[in-house]
Amino acid sequence: MASGLRILVPVKRVIDYAIKPRINKAQTGVETAGVKHSLNPFDELSVEEAVRLRERKGPLKVDNILALSAGGPKCADTLRTAMAMGADRAFHIDVPDSNDGGLEPLTVAKTLRAVVEKENINLVLLGKQAIDGDQGQTGQMLAGLLGWPQATQASKVDVKDDQGTVEITHEVDGGVETLKAKLPLVITTDLRLNEPRYASLPNIMKAKKKPLEKKTLADFGVEDKKRLKTLKVTEPPTRQGGGKVEDVDGLIGKLKELGAL
Amino acid sequence: MVFAARTSVLRAARAQFTPTRAAFAFNQSALARLLSTLAVLEQRDGKLQGSSVSAIAAALKLGGPVTAFVAGAGVKATSAAEAAKYKGVEKVVAVESEAYEKGLPENYAPLLVENIKKGEYTHIIAGHGAFGKSLLPRVAALLDVQQVSDITAIESEDTFVRPIYAGNAILTVQSTDPIKVITVRGTAFQDAEPTGGSASVTDGADPNAPAQTEWVSEELSKSERPDLATASRVVSGGRGLKSKEEFDRIMVPLADSLGAAIGASRAAVDSGFADNSLQVGQTGKNVAPQLYLSVGISGAIQHLAGMKDSKVIAAINKDADAPIFQVADVGLVGDLFEKVPELAEKVKSA
Repeated sequence: MASGLRILVPVKRVIDYAIKPRINKAQTGVETAGVKHSLNPFDELSVEEAVRLRERKGPLKVDNILALSAGGPKCADTLRTAMAMGADRAFHIDVPDSNDGGLEPLTVAKTLRAVVEKENINLVLLGKQAIDGDQGQTGQMLAGLLGWPQATQASKVDVKDDQGTVEITHEVDGGVETLKAKLPLVITTDLRLNEPRYASLPNIMKAKKKPLEKKTLADFGVEDKKRLKTLKVTEPPTRQGGGKVEDVDGLIGKLKELGAL
Repeated sequence: MVFAARTSVLRAARAQFTPTRAAFAFNQSALARLLSTLAVLEQRDGKLQGSSVSAIAAALKLGGPVTAFVAGAGVKATSAAEAAKYKGVEKVVAVESEAYEKGLPENYAPLLVENIKKGEYTHIIAGHGAFGKSLLPRVAALLDVQQVSDITAIESEDTFVRPIYAGNAILTVQSTDPIKVITVRGTAFQDAEPTGGSASVTDGADPNAPAQTEWVSEELSKSERPDLATASRVVSGGRGLKSKEEFDRIMVPLADSLGAAIGASRAAVDSGFADNSLQVGQTGKNVAPQLYLSVGISGAIQHLAGMKDSKVIAAINKDADAPIFQVADVGLVGDLFEKVPELAEKVKSA
């Protein structure tokens, strides 16, 4: 059916995974100003997989890889990173920065649906979750809205033939499961899918020349409607480290004392 | 006279307040009366899976009648009957069809939506396992509602608590959607009783939505050990174990001596020491056992996210400055290749 793969890779700018987030004084959210941000690790995997699909020269050629991000002006950096890794072009959907976690997954999914329809996309690769909100919903919601098949937490993606049959191995509780589906398709990526490349300096330079279009939610007929209201954000209860023991007997004694043995 | 005038003013003032209060009270009771929860249960080969317990437990916490939902091949005699025995479950809706046996979201989501509309449920709950995670957001989108994922507590019928940022922040969130679609963290809701109930089992609606994906195969790691997500004791190994051979040589006897499930850090999984399904952390499993014993794990925030709700945390690591010691109730600094076999031996002979 498909002459080639037209891939959409939505990416999110999040607080860097190595940084311990701090909660703001008003308990309304997490402090984001002046904190190092980067591309959501799972989205790196999906960009990488899109680029590998092109390099693998499978039965279906990759026509185009479109990266997309919704958020404040700094999302452009995230999109440049995606393009330096190999995406061909990018959409930046301008949404004012806010402290309330940004767009809700349903809103993002609705936006992506409109993009898919306008840009004639037949494969969407998303990360399985963003490491800030930890919701893990957007891909499944998009598949539902489009009425497309979905494969979540993929650890292997294999395009079988030029008819657009794709075999996906994905992680389930207690092991893996393999599914077969036809394009168009939504896939969410898991850690084991691949090892993302580093963007090389020449590619970073080249990425600056690739087209990055600025869009708004209104361009896609979507409203930023909030269904969930943040009542408060608090610190998790802190654990008190209990100190150390000298030897194995001490360890066993302490565990008995704590009622764990 | 003055006194009487004052009381009448007071009364007038009160009268102004009373209608709102009455309306509010009515609203509350109307909500309580109309609140009705569907617990979506995962089944495999006729047996309810671990995530189902948390769905039932959370549904019971909401108050209001609880209906359980099961679909798959010949489920009425098996998993639906099992669900009917849970204390507090009023009704079980079962759909018997081979088409839903593998829980594929493409046809399972329309099936659920059909039954949700028919039953007029206000709350839809599933466990936050692979089944619930892939199915429920699709259902939420079809219902045009914003799901609340991986909740750890219920404050009221519309207010829920969930960890964000790998558990480094706790969010209390209020849903304004007419139907609340929720996944729950298994370790936070474990107290459903699998006996004492006698719910009726009825047939659900089957819209016969086409299956868009074909199930090809699965590879599940077979294990006699307790299930990692629900085990009361977990021993977990990290990069410090150096190889798969050493991981098995050191961790298996330790797990055996304690009757514990085996877990692993991402580093150990990525290096091939242990299977992916054993990963504990933000992107793996969340565990909250009575005892979590970490061996050769430094304690990165992504790992802590998956285990810091454990009752007692013990750590063995040769690096005295490893972050794991900041959360461990008891720590032992030493060479794990020496200390762990000694520990296993002493526990066994005790």
